[in-house]
Amino acid sequence: MYPENYRYTKEHEWVSADGDTGTVGITFHAQKELGDIVYVDLPKVGATVAQGDALGSVESVKAVSDIYAPVSGEVIEVNETLADAPEKINEDPHGEAWLVKLRLSQPDELDALLDAGAYQEHVEAEGE
Amino acid sequence: MQHSGALKVTPLNSIHRQANAKMVDFGGWDMPVQYSGILDEHHAVRRAVGLFDVSHMGEIEIRGPEALRLVDFVTTNHAAKLQTGQAQYSGLLYEHGGFVDDILVHKVTGSHYFLCVNASNQEKDYEHIRAANRFDAEVEFASPRYAQLAVQGPRALQTLAKLTPVDLAAIRYYRFVDGEVAGVAARIARTGYTGEDGFEIYIAPDSAPRIWDLLLDAGAEFGIKPCGLGARNTLRLEAAMALYGHEITASITPFEAGLDWIVKMDKGDFVGRAALAAQQDKGIQRILTGFEMTGRGIARDGYEVFLDGAGAGWVTSGGPSPTLAKNIGLCYLPAARAVAGTSISILIRGQLVEARTVPTPFYRRSK
Repeated sequence: MYPENYRYTKEHEWVSADGDTGTVGITFHAQKELGDIVYVDLPKVGATVAQGDALGSVESVKAVSDIYAPVSGEVIEVNETLADAPEKINEDPHGEAWLVKLRLSQPDELDALLDAGAYQEHVEAEGE
Repeated sequence: MQHSGALKVTPLNSIHRQANAKMVDFGGWDMPVQYSGILDEHHAVRRAVGLFDVSHMGEIEIRGPEALRLVDFVTTNHAAKLQTGQAQYSGLLYEHGGFVDDILVHKVTGSHYFLCVNASNQEKDYEHIRAANRFDAEVEFASPRYAQLAVQGPRALQTLAKLTPVDLAAIRYYRFVDGEVAGVAARIARTGYTGEDGFEIYIAPDSAPRIWDLLLDAGAEFGIKPCGLGARNTLRLEAAMALYGHEITASITPFEAGLDWIVKMDKGDFVGRAALAAQQDKGIQRILTGFEMTGRGIARDGYEVFLDGAGAGWVTSGGPSPTLAKNIGLCYLPAARAVAGTSISILIRGQLVEARTVPTPFYRRSK
């Protein structure tokens, strides 16, 4: 369910690091809790975010949910396809429907994030 | 996640939970917000048929030789005009003209009226009606005796027809008959809260689980979906039907809510009439208005509305319209500026986003 090579936050974002680039999305659990996603608001390329800053928001039919930066960095790419097809986040949250790519400014922040097993436990603990 | 120890439940609660519906606390009731997904359920109702558990709704029965006098005194619409077997949308008001609730009045006989009221208002409504009862009429809090199911959509009639000998096609809009569904007594009303054709069925609570399952079987060939309150809300918003606590509250009058048609000032005295007459003389300051977003963003309940750069009102209900593929909403605006085509903006999470006022309903089914 949750890719082993990703790192996760308790707020249900994931980050996948490749060199100094981190790809960020929301988790399967997050999209499931939200329901049908109908709108995404993402930052502009060039924006700088610190870990925990608001990165944007996703909206389902009923609710708005903030997305927080799981790590610090500069936004180098935004998934533009989501503006017209936000439902992709429901369909492929860990893959095609990534949200932004960051150039990591503090790569060691990754070490403190949850691994797949710990995130899975977090979801299960929160769910009941 | 909130623990749900003190929440009230409907007779279908265990069915919803076994079916893995997503449950929420809705005004103190543990209710399904969605089954397969709000969009899927919404489209099922517009295109085929959907089934809703609305057993949280309240029922109040008024009987006796002066039942009509009491109903006409506590409601805004003209109950005396009702024929036996007819239902009427109406308002219960405070003396100051604000809403206690919006309700459906059904005339069962000349000495028996059946009121369907909002779930979270039912105790308040009952006390309000009792307090106004200076007539030879008996007021019963009847909610425990009823479950309510709503079968809604273009295939609702064909679905329900499999389970009842009642000639459903002969029941006109806002009419009802007392008959049977699956062999048990049922009040079958051609009413709804979706903007679609359909029926609301009042049955004994212990029969509700069996009839729920039978309706899902009966509608299977049409693609029936069990639906939650999420789809109920998107459907009623497209139809621009008021929701208590949003469009109508204790501080909103029927004139402000655009519900002049449920107020009959010439029928004689009723609770709230004097305040409404005074408001009629002065003119209303604000009025409920439909809008659609022209800029990128979704207006949500409670967001502030701006006109010419200044705060001018608030969004009462807002969200995506699955049928129209637009972001729509209802808001209060100064009455003088509430004509369709007015440019407004909505403060969405710190940013003003453009919108324009439009006529309502947003969606009207083709007959």
